[in-house]
Formats: sequence, structure tokens, C-alpha cells
Amino acid sequence: MLEKALVGSRRYWTWLFFLSAIVGIGFINYLYQFKNGLGITGMSRDVSWGLYIGQFTFLVGVAASAVMLVIPYYLHDFKKFGKIVILGEFLAVASVTMCISFIFVDLGQPMRVLNVILHPTPNSILFWDMVVLSGYLFLNIVIGWVTLSSDRKGVKPPSWIKSLIYLSIPWAFSIHTVTAFLYAGLPGRHFWLSAIMAARFLASAFAGGPALLIMLALIVRKFTKFDPGKEPIQAVGKIVTYAMIANVFFLGLEFFTAFYSQIPGHTHPFKYLYTGLEGHGKLVPLMWISTILAVVSLLLLVVPQWRRSERILAFACGALFISLWIDKGFGLVVGGFIPNPFEGVTEYWPTLRETSIALGVWALGFLVLTLLYKIAISVREETEGIEIEH
Amino acid sequence: MKLYNGGKIITGLIIFLGLVTFPFFYNIGKANVRPDPKIDTPAIKELKEKKCVESKEFMRAEHMKLLNDWRDSAVRDGARLYVNTEGKAYTISLQNTCMHCHSNKKKFCDECHTYMAVNPYCWNCHIAPKEKET
Amino acid sequence: MSIDRRQFLKIAGISTILGVGGAPVINWLRNDRLEASHVLTDEKALTGKHWAMVIDMSKFETEEDYRRVIHACHSIHNVPNLDNPKDSIKWIWTDTYDHTFPGQENEYVPEEVKHKPFILLCNHCENPPCVRVCPTKATFKRKDGIVMMDQHRCIGCRFCMAACPFGARSFNYKDPRPSLKEENKEYPTRTIGVVEKCTFCFERLSKGLIPACVEESQKAAKEAGKEPGMFFGDLEDPSSEVRKVLSTRYSIRRKPELGTQPSVFYIIGGAKNA
Repeated sequence: MLEKALVGSRRYWTWLFFLSAIVGIGFINYLYQFKNGLGITGMSRDVSWGLYIGQFTFLVGVAASAVMLVIPYYLHDFKKFGKIVILGEFLAVASVTMCISFIFVDLGQPMRVLNVILHPTPNSILFWDMVVLSGYLFLNIVIGWVTLSSDRKGVKPPSWIKSLIYLSIPWAFSIHTVTAFLYAGLPGRHFWLSAIMAARFLASAFAGGPALLIMLALIVRKFTKFDPGKEPIQAVGKIVTYAMIANVFFLGLEFFTAFYSQIPGHTHPFKYLYTGLEGHGKLVPLMWISTILAVVSLLLLVVPQWRRSERILAFACGALFISLWIDKGFGLVVGGFIPNPFEGVTEYWPTLRETSIALGVWALGFLVLTLLYKIAISVREETEGIEIEH
Repeated sequence: MKLYNGGKIITGLIIFLGLVTFPFFYNIGKANVRPDPKIDTPAIKELKEKKCVESKEFMRAEHMKLLNDWRDSAVRDGARLYVNTEGKAYTISLQNTCMHCHSNKKKFCDECHTYMAVNPYCWNCHIAPKEKET
Repeated sequence: MSIDRRQFLKIAGISTILGVGGAPVINWLRNDRLEASHVLTDEKALTGKHWAMVIDMSKFETEEDYRRVIHACHSIHNVPNLDNPKDSIKWIWTDTYDHTFPGQENEYVPEEVKHKPFILLCNHCENPPCVRVCPTKATFKRKDGIVMMDQHRCIGCRFCMAACPFGARSFNYKDPRPSLKEENKEYPTRTIGVVEKCTFCFERLSKGLIPACVEESQKAAKEAGKEPGMFFGDLEDPSSEVRKVLSTRYSIRRKPELGTQPSVFYIIGGAKNA
């Protein structure tokens, strides 16, 4: 089926070329970083994780969101999702690719990355992150490819794929739980030391990922002959709504614990992010944009008449995605390091080269996504009218 | 038999052959001198018995393995005394033991390494002995 | 013999696995180790079960007291002095009382304690979170209690830096060598992309010497005719210096509520308690 990615319209090739150019520029900047060290980023002794790890954290969530299509279709026989589960699985593949790439560009000694496999350390959550992410990538590639090629031939997929599909359900939950555990078990970082971290991660993942999926489905309908369908999109919209309610509620819970207990270790990071601390407030405007977008998107999603309008739904999903991207992909990681262990403030802002490398990784992810979606959509276009039977 | 797309194929083949044989004709005419590591450093000249930590044959083949074992003993196990096959004891240290005698990295270590196109990154951290410019 | 594509791929795959898997087996069978050689610890080496340090802040008075101690460490370990504070590397440094003991802030602490610089370094915790999170065991706990760094194995993921509640670790954001004015040729530098920190002078301990900072502070005290300000010893040895000091003077540790069990104890002093 790979050959389907090698034929396309002029628009298709222009889009691929554009993405490759961004990857190329990012790669050149990465070579510069490889030679000169991570000092070319905005990271410091105090804020030792920044944009790269923030993006990684956010994208693990997007990857996990495929399960929000798999559960209704495979566990509850929700036939409406039959044609679009593949879009979720391939989005997971592209997202995990980006996650692994972001980790790689963040390492100080990337050539030694195999040390994690040569010297396995089960007490380290990073070890488990590598295990679950690799496993999830493998699962989604195999499941997506096998089910799609069966669809293309008009037959049921082989029965052994069912076990992998069922495995992928708890596995999806595990990837984001493990990623949350990276943060939630560190004794010195009070912003992250919360039992609700994994729950928050999952809620924001199940809101943000499907929101992206809705936007991608609408784009697919506009530019190809495959129509994911109005009802499937509406169903995903409901999932996004409930997940976002949970996410905003959980954030409120964190605020309560911090500001009712008034313990400085808990309040100071929130103060830094939302009002500024000791005269430092670089992230304040960004966090408020995130909050406003979250409230606006939730409002637009909760009212059924508005959610039913695909135009409003698209706007709400876009606002939601940006809001969660800021909150998880930036605020969460940087906020954990400020104030530093000495109650001082060292601010962080990514540099130009750092941003270019990050954009390069995103472009790589979208490149993978485009190629995989081209294959999936070509199959759907070919088999139009034939019922999906998994 | 007709060769379809012959023009593109032949062109591609020529480019491929050019790339593959590049290392060979790039190095035509360059002297390929056999490595000649020198062991006439002041420290070695002062030794009564001109012996390394282990025999020459062993070192030539296995010095990297020995250094890896030394690294794990010294850093990870905290054991810094190496007793060799003849019972002689040496302090485990690249900078202070090995390079104490072989203080001419350029004429010793680099001789073979350059010839074999090997680029060990030990020297990124382990300070190589400063050599005179002669 | 006709063979279809699927069979060909199966044979190719199995051959690759056997070939790649065979290499380590052959390596293992090859005899590259010498029978008679073995490794020992030096007789001179200082051994202990739980190395610890006591810092009596009341004995630190002038700027020179601090400078000597920091310079002793940073100079023999080739710690670079980088201009840009964001890239800074420090194994031992000073900070205020409030910053050293956040959570113990007290407006009514004696003036001399409030404004005096405190000495900070890695606490070599008994229950170190940094060791728990390292994915390659590049940082690990030795049997003698030292939280050690293996720079050969570190992949530079900086998880340990996020885990350390005491901000004791530094990362090489750039090549340290250009900023090194003087090199100690007997000790390596580090390279780009690895994490570093105080190692309780493990290389000196193996030669029978105490950590450089402690030795320098004791030397300075002797020169000035004062009592020493830093002590080093084995907590599990009841006759050690550190045990003697800890049994007679009240000491505190940084962030004890986190349960990491630091091995660096501080005697605060101040006015009558000096």
C-alpha cells in the first residue's frame, strides 16, 4: 500500500516539499546544536527541561487519544467509527514519532541513547517510558497497517489482530500515565507532586487529541474524496467536550489545593505562571490566553446547538488545542522549575534555533501523518460504499 | 531486448559508481604510511624494565577492552589498583598511568588511530598530555 | 528452486537475526580477559560505610574563608567558570540562609545568620531521588554512601537534575574546556552534554585523602588559629569526627521532610550558639 503515498496531486507534493523544507532547516539547526551543545537553547541550570520536553509531553497525550476511537468501535460496537479509527491510529504513529524525536534532540549525548537498553534500570520511569512508547508505536503501525490492508481487500482482518487491538487499549492509558509519572514522583518539585497528575494528563489528552482529529477529519473531507461523516465527527465532539470538562475541573482542583492550603511550595509556581513572581512574569500573558481559550472552547462545545455546527465545532477544537498546547506543552514543564529549589526565579524562553528545531520535529510528524493519511484515504476512496467489518 | 528508461538508468548507474568508488580515487597518490608508534618518551627511557601494564601483543589487540574494564572498576566499583598477570600492581588511571609513560599521544596513540580512521572520544574529557611542538 | 517473496523475506529475516545475534555470542566465547589479572582497592584508601560531612557555619567569617574552599574543589576538578549564569557549573557554592533552607525562613533569626553566605553542595543523600530516576545508572549509590557520577554513561537526559530537590547538579550546556583557565592534568574535564556534581572527592578518598574542601577549610582554620569549620567522616563509625561533632552540637539538614536523608549536616551557630 506504500505506493499510494507516492502518487498525488500537485498540491500534495507541494505540501510534502514545504514540510521537508521545514524539517531540513530544523535539521541544520540541530547539527549546530549537536556541535555547540544545548546551551544554544534557553535552558539553564535551574530550568533544565524546556520546549523539547514540553512538546514531548503534549504529544504523548495526542498519541494516547487514538484509544478514544478504539474503545467505542472495538469494545462497544459503535459502528459509526469504523471508517475513521485508522485516522486515530495513524495519528498515534505520527505523534509517537514526534515524541521520540523530541527526546532525541533534547539529549546531551544522543549517541549514547542505547545505554538505556544496554543498562536497563526498572526503577527509572524514563526506562518504562521508552518501553511503552516503543510498544505503542509498534502496536499502532501493525494494527493500522493490517486492518487497512484488509479493508482494501474487502475481507475481515486476521483474528490475531484482535488481541493486539485489545492490548492497545490499556497500553494507550499506560503511555500517558507513565509520562505523568516522570513528573508526579519527584520530591523536590511541588508543582508536579500531585496524585492527580496522571488523571489531568489523560483528561487533557482525551480532549486535545480528538480535537485535532476532528480538525484533521474536516481537512480530509475538504481536500479528498473521503468523507469521514457528519455523525462520527459529532460523536468525537462529544468525547472532546466531556474530556475537556474533566480537564478544566482537574485544573480547578489543583488551584484549590494550592490556594486554600496556602503552602508556598504549592502557590508559588501558580503565582509565577498566572500573576508573575518577584517581578518575573514572562509566561503570564501566555497562560491567560490558554485559560481564555479553554473557557471559550468549552462554552462553544457544551451548548449542543453550537457543537452541531461544524464551523463552530472546528473553531472550538482549534481554540482548545492551542489552549492545551500552551498549558501542557509549555506552562506545565517550565512551571515545575520555577521557583527553583532555592525559591529563586530563573526564567525560560526558547531561542530561535531551539524553536526551529522544534518546528522541524513537528514538520517531520506532519510529514509522516500526511504520508500515512494519503495511504488510508486512498484505500477509503477505493472501497467507498463497502462496509467496514472488523 | 529494449532497455526502457535507459537514459535515466545509465545516468543513475554512473552517479552510483562514482559515489561508491569515491574513497578510492580520492586517495590516489596519498602516501599510506605504515603506522610507527614511538615509545621513546622520557618516562619510558627512565624505566628499568621496558614493560607496559600487559604484554605488547595483548595491548595491541585488547587495550580498549582493558580500558573499559578499568573504567568500570575505578568509577563504578571504586577499586583503583590493577594487579597484572605478572603480579605487578598499577594504579588504574588513563591520564596518570598510561599517559605517564606514553606521553607522546601524537606519535604513539594517534599513529595507529589515524591510520585505522578510529576517533576515540576519550580525549574529550581525559586531558591528553601536552606535547612539545617538535 | 523457485521461491516466492514471502519465503525469501522469512529466510532473510532469520539469517539477519542469527548473524546479528551471533556476534555477541562469539565475543563471549573469545578469551579477551587475562586469567591472572585482578583488581583491588588500594590499602591507603579511606573506607567507610556512610560518608558524611558536617559544616559549622559559625566558623565561616570572611569572604576568603568561602573562596578558598570553593577554589580548592573547583580547581582540582577542572570545574569551569562560565560567564553566562544560565550555563553555570558549580559543585560547591554559596547562597543565603533563606535560599539554603527554604521552609525554615524566619524573620527573627540573628542578623549574622540572616546575611551570612551558606555553603551548599550535593548532599549525598541516603535515599537519593536522582539515583532512582537515572535511566542508565550513570548516577548511582556506592557502598560507602557516595552518590557517584559515571560520565562515560550519562546520556544527558537531565532527569536527575529535575529530581534533585537541592539543585546540586549542573549540566554541560557547552564545551567546558575553552572556559578553563588552568587545568589540573591529573583529573579529567567533562564534555558537552553530561551532568556533573560533587563526588565527595572519591578519587582522593581512594588515595587516603579527605575531600579537598574539608582539607582546605581545616588548613585555613589552623593558619588562623581557629576551630575547623568542616568535618568529614564515616557516620557508621561511632569514633569518627563527624559523630563526635553531631553528638555535641545541634545540627539541621536541608529539606528533611522530603525523606531523602541528606548526609551533609549544618551547624548554624549565631550569637550565643557559636
